[in-house]
Amino acid sequence: MMGLEKYLLMRHELVLIIITLIILIAELSVKDENSRKLRPFSIILFFIATVVGFLPIDEGTLFGGMYQTNGIIVTMKNILNIGVLIVFIQSFTWLGNDENKIKVSEFFLLILSTLIGMDFMISSGDFLMFYIGLELATIPIASLAAYERTKAKSAEAGIKLILSSALSSGIMLYGISMIYGTTGSIYFSEVAQSFTSNNLQTLALIFFFAGMAFKISIVPFHLWTADVYEGAPINVTSYLSVISKGAAVFIFIIMLFTVFRAVTVIWQDVIYITAVITMTVGNLFAIRQKNLKRFLAFSSISQAGFIFLGIIGGNKLGMASVVYFILIYIFSNLGAFGVVSAIANKTGKEKMNDYDGLYLTNPKLSLIMMLSLFSLAGIPPVAGFFGKFFLFMAAAEQKFYILVLIAVLNTIISLFYYLLIIKAMFINKSENPIQYFKSDSYTKLGLLICTVGIIATGFFSIVFEYIRSLSFGI
Amino acid sequence: MNILSLFVIVPLITMFTLMATNGFKQARVVAAVGMGIQLILAAVLVFMYLSERNAGNTAEMLFYNSTVWFKSLNITYTVGVDGIAVAMIALTAVVVIAGIFASWEVEFLTKEFFISLILLASGVFGFFISLDLFTMFLFYEVAVIPMYLLIGIWGSGPKEYSAMKLTLMLMGGSALLLLGILGIYFNSAPGGGALTFNIIDISKIHIPIEAQRFFFPITFLGFGVLGALFPFHTWSPDGHASAPTAVSMLHAGVLMKLGGYGCFRVAMFLMPEAAQELGWIFLILTTISVVYGAFGAIAQKDLKYINAYSSVSHCGLVLFALLMMNKTAMDGAIIQMISHGLMTALFFALIGMIYGRTHTRLINEMGGLMKVIPFLGVVYVIAGLASLGLPGFSGFVAEMTIFVGSFQHPDIFHRVCTIVACSSIVITAVYILRVVGILLLGPITNDHYLHLGDAKWYERISTLTLVIAITLIGIAPLWLSNIIGDSLAPIINQLSFTGF
Repeated sequence: MMGLEKYLLMRHELVLIIITLIILIAELSVKDENSRKLRPFSIILFFIATVVGFLPIDEGTLFGGMYQTNGIIVTMKNILNIGVLIVFIQSFTWLGNDENKIKVSEFFLLILSTLIGMDFMISSGDFLMFYIGLELATIPIASLAAYERTKAKSAEAGIKLILSSALSSGIMLYGISMIYGTTGSIYFSEVAQSFTSNNLQTLALIFFFAGMAFKISIVPFHLWTADVYEGAPINVTSYLSVISKGAAVFIFIIMLFTVFRAVTVIWQDVIYITAVITMTVGNLFAIRQKNLKRFLAFSSISQAGFIFLGIIGGNKLGMASVVYFILIYIFSNLGAFGVVSAIANKTGKEKMNDYDGLYLTNPKLSLIMMLSLFSLAGIPPVAGFFGKFFLFMAAAEQKFYILVLIAVLNTIISLFYYLLIIKAMFINKSENPIQYFKSDSYTKLGLLICTVGIIATGFFSIVFEYIRSLSFGI
Repeated sequence: MNILSLFVIVPLITMFTLMATNGFKQARVVAAVGMGIQLILAAVLVFMYLSERNAGNTAEMLFYNSTVWFKSLNITYTVGVDGIAVAMIALTAVVVIAGIFASWEVEFLTKEFFISLILLASGVFGFFISLDLFTMFLFYEVAVIPMYLLIGIWGSGPKEYSAMKLTLMLMGGSALLLLGILGIYFNSAPGGGALTFNIIDISKIHIPIEAQRFFFPITFLGFGVLGALFPFHTWSPDGHASAPTAVSMLHAGVLMKLGGYGCFRVAMFLMPEAAQELGWIFLILTTISVVYGAFGAIAQKDLKYINAYSSVSHCGLVLFALLMMNKTAMDGAIIQMISHGLMTALFFALIGMIYGRTHTRLINEMGGLMKVIPFLGVVYVIAGLASLGLPGFSGFVAEMTIFVGSFQHPDIFHRVCTIVACSSIVITAVYILRVVGILLLGPITNDHYLHLGDAKWYERISTLTLVIAITLIGIAPLWLSNIIGDSLAPIINQLSFTGF
């Protein structure tokens, strides 16, 4: 094969590109009235891609260092794959609706191309590759947000996302140009060696941080989040809030731990402050929300603040806990979104008080929702507890005790609003509750995966130990 | 398999069996059988423990077993019991079975009710057997969170408000606790070496005093919230008043003891120097709890509120005695935990039963109940007398030991606190006798009461179990002291290490 097998290092991306092309060709050869059959076809293809991702890990670099991969990067990609698989399964019913019939394949193609972008972004070894990956991961999402183009809110969400992400990309590019200007290189390994804390480079770091903060929706760069989340179709929202955010966190932590390792003191301060603001503001706004999508949007903002507790220490435990937490977050948030989406598909209801008395009519959905919310809030014995505990542990290891105190107090606020939903489902009485309905098997499968994940990821320590064995610190 | 793990496994199996049941009659039988097995198991544990001790086994913790869980962080599932834990487990088993019988007629979502109740119980059992801070904390939260649903769904009055207040305050306490645990963990190897969550291992090393000064108050406060430490007791009256009977019983009877137990097992045991240094702050707070709770009870008209405030007072006494840091007083604290657990569970059971008949809990609206429901009336008087510390019941043994021990403390400040706290005995007598007088004696105020039926068989089981236990401790406190034995010695050693 003349040395071509070294490109197998990129197997995640290659497999994704191949199945994207297959879906594209399949779409061309399928008649419009049969387009629904593309759904199981694409899901099965993607399932194969996910399995391929779990093959044994190779380490190495390609293209003179533009592309790099190692154990933790592969794990991150696998985690994203699992999340996307769940999103696909959860979208099955919704894509079968009549108004979506003609654009089934678009959904898969757009999501897969963003996923390819994310994979390249996580694997990037220089700023060029990083930036291309980032843009590829962002722009298709804007069209996804506008997927339900007949709805004004959906179109608005798309426009808002593309405009604000253009702005943030601009700021980030400005930062990257300063990094290039001061260090003379765009390769991570070379930048890392010559990056110091002089004024221009600090400014570059701040600009870079602002760009990333936009993607992770850190306060004060979060303002787009709620509107976009509310306007976009639920399944796109769940993708945005989990996968997109997760990928950005992954590359962010890798870059902070490698490229910017010399200026740890500076970014620790920035992260400290933004973590506190993000947790608090996200929580306080979440309390006021009545629409469940907006509610989950704000709760996901505050979750991002908690994630920063794992980053701030710059330690091995921190990276392990962040990756572990994202995995758990995928299961719990997708579990919650799965229930919201199942109900919205059947009844069109997505307000909190629509859920009054849900337990009496739909006990299973309520229980899954409760498990997911408890996991998001960090209540044992579900996985979220372990995820949060290890995040706090990572910060405490580096003696950030006050930050941990602020964070644990914030978990109490978050518990308050998660309990509001549980109260609606279990305690409130309703004249007109959501009637009992049977979900189809794909919805059930999606929720089942989430539930198993929520319960098993925490209890079986092997998941955490595996991630930890691959992680690294500064 | 280790016998201690069964205390978590049996409730789990019961819960899964409950999920498969149909209708409320099946559910309650399954719950009763499951928790009956648990009670037998507790009795077996007591005998096994005593025979081990009699055979001369002087290990600090018996039935010790440690399984690695998260290897890289040294998190283990470690179980082991000393006499105090055994006594608490026995208490829990008794209260839980009494609680199940007291809620025999819950017909709304019965299955879910018993599942939540047993989940709560499994958290409590798990907490008492754990010797690893991580698992201990995990079980602690498992015990707290079902309260929200239990009060919110099956409660009465302003239940949603009370449930939210109680949950948030207790979780606030556990938030502090989390920080305290992390602090202990990261200071558990001051000389280098592996960090550990294992309580026994940590007690053998010396946590740096600066760290102790910061983390002792946080940990103590974290547990203190659950032990209704003033000024963080406000969840207790509202929560207890709104909770369904069995939940009040379990909560006041057992869950509040988690606070006291944690205070000495974690906060004082692992950070003795800071306990000596800063104990006085908490001593003032607990003294206020003791007296304020008693006065609060006088002012209330609702039976449940009266009992909730009296719980604040009695649980305050537990922390009060612990902070005296001598053997007699701490012995008293343990006995008080057991005694108050049984007593207050009995009270709440009776209040639930009376409320089920009269549909009011306001004492002014009732009167002469002794003539129509003599069984419940007599038991109420017994509970009252035990509560005000009449000799022959458990309350007397506990309070006597506490005050004798406290007054032995040479320091004048501690003695003043003791004298102030002593006044609660008198105040307790006032509110107990006042309630008994209005509620049970005198003319029957409402004709409707003439048709009330006395206790049913399951109510008799529930109350008699508790009455027997109370009297047993009162008449023969020796068997309880036997179980507790020298279990306090390691803690006392730790505390006197600084030579106070």
